Amino acid sequence: MTTPVLSIRNLSVEIPTRQGILKPVDRVSYDIAAGEILGVVGESGAGKSMAGNAVIGLLNRPAHIAGGEIRLNGARIDPLEGEEMRRMRGKEIGMIFQDPLTSLNPLLTIGDQLTETMLTHLPIGRKEAEKRAVAALDEVGIPGAKERIDSYPHEFSGGMRQRVVIALALCAEPSLVIADEPTTALDVSVQAQIIALLKRLCRERGTAVMLITHDMGVIAEAADRVAVMYAGRLAELGPVREVLTEPRHPYTHGLMASTPLASQGQTRLHQIPGSMPKLNYMPDGCAFHPRCPRAADKCRTAPAPTLTDGRAACWFPMVTEAAE
Amino acid sequence: MLAFVIRRVGQSILVLLIVGLVAFSMFRFVGDPIDNMLGQERTIEDVERLRAQLGLDQPFPVQYFRFLEGAIQGNFGVSYRQGREVSEILLERAPATLELAFVSGVLAIAIGIMLGVFTAIRRNGATAHIIMAASLIGVSLPTFLIGILLIYLFSVELGWLPSFGRGETVSIGDWWTTGFLTESGRKALILPAITLGLYQMTLIMRLVRSEMLEVLRQDYIRFARARGLKERAVNFHHALKNTMVPVVTVIGLQLGAIIAFAIITETVFQWPGVGLLFINAIQFVDIPVMAAYLMLISVMFVGINLLVDILYVFIDPRLRVDRTGGHS
Amino acid sequence: MTDTQTNQAAPPEAVDKSLWQDFRESDFFYAFKRSPVALVSFAVVCILVLSAVFAPLIAPTNPFDPASLNLMNGFTPPLEPNAFTGDAFLMGTDDQGRDVFSTILYGMRISLFVGASAVLFAMVLGITLGLVSGYFGGWTETIIMRVADVQLTFPSILVAMLIFGIAKGFTPVEYRDQMAIWVLILAIGLSDWVQFARVVRGATLVEKSKDYVAAARLIGRSPWAIMLKHILPNALSPVLVIATISLALAIIAEATLSFLGVGAPPTQPSLGTLIRIGQGFLFSGEWWILFFPACTLLALALSVNLLGDWLRDALNPRLR
Repeated sequence: MTTPVLSIRNLSVEIPTRQGILKPVDRVSYDIAAGEILGVVGESGAGKSMAGNAVIGLLNRPAHIAGGEIRLNGARIDPLEGEEMRRMRGKEIGMIFQDPLTSLNPLLTIGDQLTETMLTHLPIGRKEAEKRAVAALDEVGIPGAKERIDSYPHEFSGGMRQRVVIALALCAEPSLVIADEPTTALDVSVQAQIIALLKRLCRERGTAVMLITHDMGVIAEAADRVAVMYAGRLAELGPVREVLTEPRHPYTHGLMASTPLASQGQTRLHQIPGSMPKLNYMPDGCAFHPRCPRAADKCRTAPAPTLTDGRAACWFPMVTEAAE
Repeated sequence: MLAFVIRRVGQSILVLLIVGLVAFSMFRFVGDPIDNMLGQERTIEDVERLRAQLGLDQPFPVQYFRFLEGAIQGNFGVSYRQGREVSEILLERAPATLELAFVSGVLAIAIGIMLGVFTAIRRNGATAHIIMAASLIGVSLPTFLIGILLIYLFSVELGWLPSFGRGETVSIGDWWTTGFLTESGRKALILPAITLGLYQMTLIMRLVRSEMLEVLRQDYIRFARARGLKERAVNFHHALKNTMVPVVTVIGLQLGAIIAFAIITETVFQWPGVGLLFINAIQFVDIPVMAAYLMLISVMFVGINLLVDILYVFIDPRLRVDRTGGHS
Repeated sequence: MTDTQTNQAAPPEAVDKSLWQDFRESDFFYAFKRSPVALVSFAVVCILVLSAVFAPLIAPTNPFDPASLNLMNGFTPPLEPNAFTGDAFLMGTDDQGRDVFSTILYGMRISLFVGASAVLFAMVLGITLGLVSGYFGGWTETIIMRVADVQLTFPSILVAMLIFGIAKGFTPVEYRDQMAIWVLILAIGLSDWVQFARVVRGATLVEKSKDYVAAARLIGRSPWAIMLKHILPNALSPVLVIATISLALAIIAEATLSFLGVGAPPTQPSLGTLIRIGQGFLFSGEWWILFFPACTLLALALSVNLLGDWLRDALNPRLR
């Protein structure tokens, strides 16, 4: 078996506050193989972005990694600090942010931003970097790349800017890309194009992708496997088709029922009662039990198991039921 | 771009015309110019002759126009107090003020930006906290007290530096005199330059710091970090450039303020510049000098504002007229 | 219309009581109690203002009463008995034998009076122009805001100097010293109205578009009643912050002008005038004539400034 590009084991992130220690990410484990796209879903505040930031070493203080391991191509990267971590960023791990309108420096041409990134990481000269910058823009589908290299970000539309952002994240050929809600800020018509582009580039280059989103549609379209997060913990992890069609965790089930998927043709959308607990008011036992239709006494006292049968972190996982 | 510049130049000229009107009204209506110029012993013929000579028998708009015409040619009349051409006096005093303003401006901008960037990048460090606390006192401290304090320390107690005047000066060309070339001139410049520059420096520093902190929170800085750019490149290439956009405007205005605040510094140090001239003019109600100073400083202010606006467009590409956009 | 009026006009003592209670229980008061900077600067401001107001009672001598002066007492250092008369003075005496402590108390009166009056004048003028330009709009607004823009490009101290110079020119020579204080108030006030006008205009524009203003207009209330009763209260907290910060600036402006010799006359010396006088003795060793007025001015300016800073953070209005 080949080593996965990214391997996270029992990763915990903590934020010390006056009300005690918050755990936005709590003992999360997953792998991503080369060329694979792992979708990480969950509501806002579920810890999915925080996990991504932990991997690339960009947690905002006072948040910090409190336990677990992060391995990139087999080597541990979680203890790396400062300069060593900086060299990993961009070179080994690329990152794509949510809003292309604010991700690009408005005062530098996109050519400048591309060449600067490549010159930082690759042993090439300015001429070569400029040539590659044009090629990179070409590759992400920007028409007339050669002429537009000296344009400023404001001269591009939102979708085009996100293409530039992707080119920037990939220009030093990282083995892992973390895409944090890459389509949320875009027009619906552009979303699919961006997802398709990301998918194509990663397949061609064998890049592993952590695709963070709250949009089940995006997951269904792009991901190979999916990790569902709830209140900092991994609720369910499995191949995308299985998780979407036969969810085992009641939360995933609720999430699927509340997502308008064209294939299902439901007339009414389901709602999960209540809302996700705040990090400083975590219930005892399984974090989901106050909202769970299947909660039993055990769920109220014992913390949920860590991914029991390899799919769902639940005491009473839903096994395929005939009718609902 | 061209349309923008033309519009701004138009606005500037309008402002100058209004200021000119104020200056002219002062000249025309504050006291009686004839009284002021002739004094007690005069004949009716003298009065009539001077009235005609000054054009005071003409209708108001004609007088205003003539005043402007004169002002453009640098002719502001004769000082009531010194009995000499105002333009001549101003020209004689200008180099002292300009040299002082130049040195303090450079000091304030260079040190202010450096300290601002430093306190923003090391915002949790002890040094940064001390600098910030000191700057709060600096902002509340009136300029003239700083001057007096410096005189007390370096002139009275230590005896290192002179407390007044410009030292020895050297003439360059027809009318420029400089203190840069002699040791006593350079020594005399130190205390006034610090006094004048300190307030602007703290202001620039605090502004740079808060703007830079704001910029460092932006997504594109996070993205630059996420691409593994070197910390130096992130701070100085990406963050500083964006910080400078709003800062340039304020620095421009500060340059104007330096000229105005030079009045205070020049009085404290008896620096023979335009500001000291202006204060004396106010004390003795020497209207032609006041009017001329008002016009001069307005031209300077309006010019600086205009320059800043145009500079702004060069720094921020978003303001440049789009190649594809429909600006006309 | 009568309904709203009766609702607003509760019995006065009830309003007083609940207002005071409201205030004591407010976050604002809580934050104030918890901030050492605010408490200390507030205390300093109170002490200085009170000692200025009650100067005639506190001051050992009246420095402007020639009968109380003894030239023999000249240049007495602080807390040392004078060689000729044996009199001792807390902060020493100046060249004419005036008690420096007393001149500071009286000087602070003038500084505070000029500063407060100038801010009050600027506030009334700024609020009026802000309301008018925001409420009526049109060419009134254009003219007022254009003037504000032009004035804002010049530092206010320069504007104050110019106004002082012009006003001085208009005053007949024999009244110049007498009028100097009022001219000073006019000059500083006129140089400082723009901030008030801008904030009030902004608030007016926001409130004007709201339904209750339209309703008040429909039932025929006069524009001034609407502006003062409905719109102005919304702008009060930023106005208060600007007024406090302006007070610090006005005190400094007054001191600066007086120091430069274009402000309070030697017959009615403010702190700035005292510092101007004291600077003359800097080289001859009589440091106290300069030192104590300078410290007083510094304490006054710094504490008002810190209070204003704190107030801005506490009320947190979006200042433009």
